[in-house]
Amino acid sequence: MAKVKLTVNGRAVSGDCEERTLLVHFIRERLGLTGTHVGCDTTQCGTCVVHMDGKSVKSCTILAVQASGSSVTTIEGLAANGELHPVQAAFKEHHGLQCGFCTPGMVMTAVDMINRHGGQLDEQTVRQELEGNICRCTGYHNIVKAVLSANAEMHGGAKQAAE
Amino acid sequence: MGVEGVGARVARKEDKRFLTGKGRYTDDMVVPGMKYGYFVRSPHAHAKIKSIDISAAKAMPGVIDALDGKQLLADGIGNLICGWMIHSKDGSAMKMGAWRPLAVETVRYVGDAVAIVIADSLDEARDAAEAVVVDYEELPAVIEAVDALKPGAPQIHPEAANNLIFDWEIGDAAAADQAIAQAEHVIEVDIVNNRLSPNAMEPRATLGIYDAGDDHYTCYTTSQNPHLARLVMSAFYNVAPENKLRVIAPDVGGGFGSKIYIYPEEIVCLWASKKTGVPVKWTADRTEAFLTDAHGRDHVSKVKMAFDADNRITALKVDTIANLGAYMSLFSSCVPTYLYATLLSGQYDIPAIHANVRTVYTNTAPVDAYRGAGRPEATYLLERTMETAARELGISPAELRRKNFIRSFPHQTPVILNYDAGDYEASLNAAMQAADWNGFAARKEEASQRDMKRGIGMSCYIEACGLAPSQAVGSLGAGVGLWESAEVRVNAVGTVEVLTGSHSHGQGHETTFAQLVAGRLGVPIDSISIVHGDTDKVQMGMGTYGSRSGAVGMSAVAKALDKVEAKAKKIAAHLMEADESDIVIENGELKVAGTDKTLPWFQVALAAYTAHNLPAGMEPGLKETAFYDPSNFTFPAGCYICEVEVDPETGTTKIVQFVAADDFGNIINPMIVEGQVHGGLAQGIGQALLEGVHYDESGQLLTASYMDYAMPRADDLPSFDLSHQNTPCPSNPLGVKGCGEAGAIGSPPALMNAITDAIGNNMLTMPATPQKVWMAARATH
Ligand code: FES
Ligand code: FES
Repeated sequence: MAKVKLTVNGRAVSGDCEERTLLVHFIRERLGLTGTHVGCDTTQCGTCVVHMDGKSVKSCTILAVQASGSSVTTIEGLAANGELHPVQAAFKEHHGLQCGFCTPGMVMTAVDMINRHGGQLDEQTVRQELEGNICRCTGYHNIVKAVLSANAEMHGGAKQAAE
Repeated sequence: MGVEGVGARVARKEDKRFLTGKGRYTDDMVVPGMKYGYFVRSPHAHAKIKSIDISAAKAMPGVIDALDGKQLLADGIGNLICGWMIHSKDGSAMKMGAWRPLAVETVRYVGDAVAIVIADSLDEARDAAEAVVVDYEELPAVIEAVDALKPGAPQIHPEAANNLIFDWEIGDAAAADQAIAQAEHVIEVDIVNNRLSPNAMEPRATLGIYDAGDDHYTCYTTSQNPHLARLVMSAFYNVAPENKLRVIAPDVGGGFGSKIYIYPEEIVCLWASKKTGVPVKWTADRTEAFLTDAHGRDHVSKVKMAFDADNRITALKVDTIANLGAYMSLFSSCVPTYLYATLLSGQYDIPAIHANVRTVYTNTAPVDAYRGAGRPEATYLLERTMETAARELGISPAELRRKNFIRSFPHQTPVILNYDAGDYEASLNAAMQAADWNGFAARKEEASQRDMKRGIGMSCYIEACGLAPSQAVGSLGAGVGLWESAEVRVNAVGTVEVLTGSHSHGQGHETTFAQLVAGRLGVPIDSISIVHGDTDKVQMGMGTYGSRSGAVGMSAVAKALDKVEAKAKKIAAHLMEADESDIVIENGELKVAGTDKTLPWFQVALAAYTAHNLPAGMEPGLKETAFYDPSNFTFPAGCYICEVEVDPETGTTKIVQFVAADDFGNIINPMIVEGQVHGGLAQGIGQALLEGVHYDESGQLLTASYMDYAMPRADDLPSFDLSHQNTPCPSNPLGVKGCGEAGAIGSPPALMNAITDAIGNNMLTMPATPQKVWMAARATH
C-alpha cells in the first residue's frame, strides 16, 4: 500500500492505494470523478486525458503514486462558477460531440493545445495534435471546428483584455 | 413553431453533462456491495476443454467465487440465440450450433469465455483469473470463409456440415442467366469486403444486480436495445422472468451496431450475482472488445453484370460467401441476406437480379451488423462494379449511372424492395457540381507536374432504413416486430415527458425528439424531457439501429402527440365554449380560430388534472400512448465524390476533397444530421483506407489493440463538403428517411474508385494501405 496526496480540481485529497493503481483508477474509483474515461489499455485513445500541473497527460499511463504531490485538473474541474470553459462551449456550439465518451479527454487535450500554441493554430496543426485522441462518432470535422473556434475566442479575448 | 421546432439547428440539450464529466455510463455505476467480474477466455481458436480447475482461483485474496459453464448449465441458463430464421434454397432451416454463455466442451474462437472470477477489486479478479487452470486439447482451426467450405476443413459445429449455415438465394436465376447469355457486354469482378471491428469508444460493460429481498434482477448494460435484452434474457436464456428483470442502458458511448446484441457477459453477470449474492460488474478492456465485440462485414463475392449495346444494365448475378464467425449472433443471419441482397438493385433499373449467399462458421469472433449492416456490402459491390464497367465500356462513370438510374416511383425492384421516392439525378448533379467534376482533368494535370497521381471516384448509394412493417419482416424470418412505441405525458404544469422505446447512444434524441414536441405545441424545448433506456420507465421498445429512430421512433411520438392534441383541443373547446374543430395549437396556446379567444397550454394541462371542468364523460389527465408500425422501409440515397492524390513513391493516399450529397427526406435538426454523416464518412473512409481485422492461420487475433488496428485519427481525414436534396418520404408522417448509416455505406466505394482511378489499376482491395497501393501502382507500369 502506498500513500497518495494530490490536489484535484483545487481540493486536497489523500488516500492509500496499491502501488500498481493507475491515476485514472484512483480518480474514477477513489474520488468518484467518472468524467475521466478508460477507452483502451495501450495509451492510444486519449479518453483519460487530465491535466497534471497544467499539462495534459494520459492518466492511464501514470501511477497514482507517481502523481503524488501534483495538482490535477479533471474535466469536472474545468468549468468555473457554473460557466462552461470556452472549449466546452465551443464543442457544444459546433456539435463536436455525439456519444460524449471521448469528449472529456478531447476537451482536456484541446485546452492544453490552445494554451501551448498561443493562438497560432490552424486546421492542420489541430488535426496533427489530436493524434492521441480517438473519436469514433464525429469524424473529427466538428471537433476541429470547435477547437479552432475556441482558440480564436480565447486568444482574441485575451488580446482584447490586454489592450 | 418557433426556432426550436423541426428543421432548426438547435444545440443539443444533452451536451452539458457530457462536456462537464457528468455523463453516466455503465462503468460509472457503483452500487453498495458491488464486486468485479473478470472472464477467463480461451487462448485457442479451436480446442476441446478437457477440464477446468477453479479451486486455486477461489483461494486467492479477495475472491468471492469462481464459476464455470458446467454450473451455469446446471442452473438451466439457456444458449444464446440467433433471432432471424433463414431457410436454405432447398427449404431446410439454417444450421445453428450451440453457443453457451460459458463454453463447456469446446471453445471456438480466441476470447470464447470459459469461466468468471468475482473479487473485491478488478486487480484481484484479474490475478485470480490467471490461477484458473484449463486443460485444452487443441484442434485445427479455420479462419477464412472460403477455406471453411473446402472439403476436409475443420468441423466447427456438429450441426453444420462443412461449416455451411445456409445456402440462400433471392431473385430469378434463370432470367439473370439468360440476360447474361444474350448480353452485349458482361463485366466480371471479384469483390472482397474487409472485416471490421466496430470500436465504440466506450467498451462494453454490464452490472448485474440480484436483490434477494424482492427476488428481482437489475441489469445495467451498454445496450442499444434494452427492451430486447430484457425480452431475450427472460424468454430464451432463463436468467430472470420478464416481470422481475429491469434492464437499464444509461448513457452509452457509441454503438454502431455492436451494442444491439446480447452477449454472454450480460447473462453471466446476472446469473453470477444471484449465485454469489453480490452485484457483479464487468467492463471490457480494449483487447477484450477487439476479441469479443461482434465484427462487421467479411464478404467474398463474385459478380457478373450484363449490359446491352446501349450500356443499359440487363442483369446482375452475385455469388457471396459470408463469414459469420464461431457462433450465430442475434441478427447475424439477416445481415448478409435481407439487409444485403435486397439492396443489390442500388439506384438502378435492373430487370433481372439473382444473388446466392452462403454463410459459414469459422474460428473467429461472431460477425453481426455494423454501421449500415449489409447495405455497405451491397453498395460497395455494386458501385465498384459500375466503376469497373464504366472503364471497360469506355464511358464516363457519371454517364453510365445516369443512363441506368431509376426515374419513376414507386419502383419495384426484382429483389423485394419497393422504393417509394427519390431523385438520384439531383444528388448526382449536386455532388458533381460541388466537386467541380468538370475541372478534374486540369487538376490531374497540375498534380502530375508535381509527380502526384490524382484520381476521382464516385458512388451512388441507396439504403433501406426503418425495417418494416412487422408483418412483412415476420414473413421473412424475423423473430420480433419492428414497430416503435411512445408515450407523451403532459404534466399538470404543462411540461412534457416523452417516453420512447428508441435509444440514444450519441444521436441526440434528447434534442431531436424534444424538437418535434416543441414545434407542435409551441412550448420551449427546455420544458420537454425525453425518457429512454430503462425498461421500468418505458414499457416496450425496439431500440435504435438501422437508422430507425427518426422514421419509426419519432413517428410513434408524432402519433401519440396527435392523440394528446386531440384531447387538449376537446378540453380547450369546452373551456372556451367553442367548436373543437375550430381550435388550433400555436406558440404554446390553444386558440379559437378567427377569434381572439386563447388559453395558454399550461392552463389546459392544469384543467386536465384538476378535472373541475371537463367535457362530460372525459377521463382526467393528459397522457397518450402510441405504437407505430410503418407501412414500408424508407430509402435514403445520395451521391458521394472523392478526390485523392496518391504519392507513387510511397503509396500514401491523401484525400484532397470529399463531397457528400444526400437525400434524407425532411430533416429534424440539420446540425445533428451533418454530424451523423461526418461520423459515418469517417467509418467508411476508415474501412477503405486503414481498418481491417486480421487473424493469423491459427486464429490468433493480430489486431487486438489500437497499436495494431488502425483507427482513423483526425489527421487521416479531411473536412467534408455536405449538401442535401430533400425528397420527403411518403410512408411516414414526418417524411424523414434516416441518416445514421449513409456515410459508412456510400464512402468506401467512392474512395476506392478514386484510388484505382489515380493508379490505373483496378485490382486493389480494402484497406488501401500505402504498401498495397504502392505495389498496385507499380504493377500498372
Ligand atoms: S485509456 Fe486510452 S489512452 Fe488512456
Ligand atoms: S463522441 Fe463518441 S467517441 Fe467521440
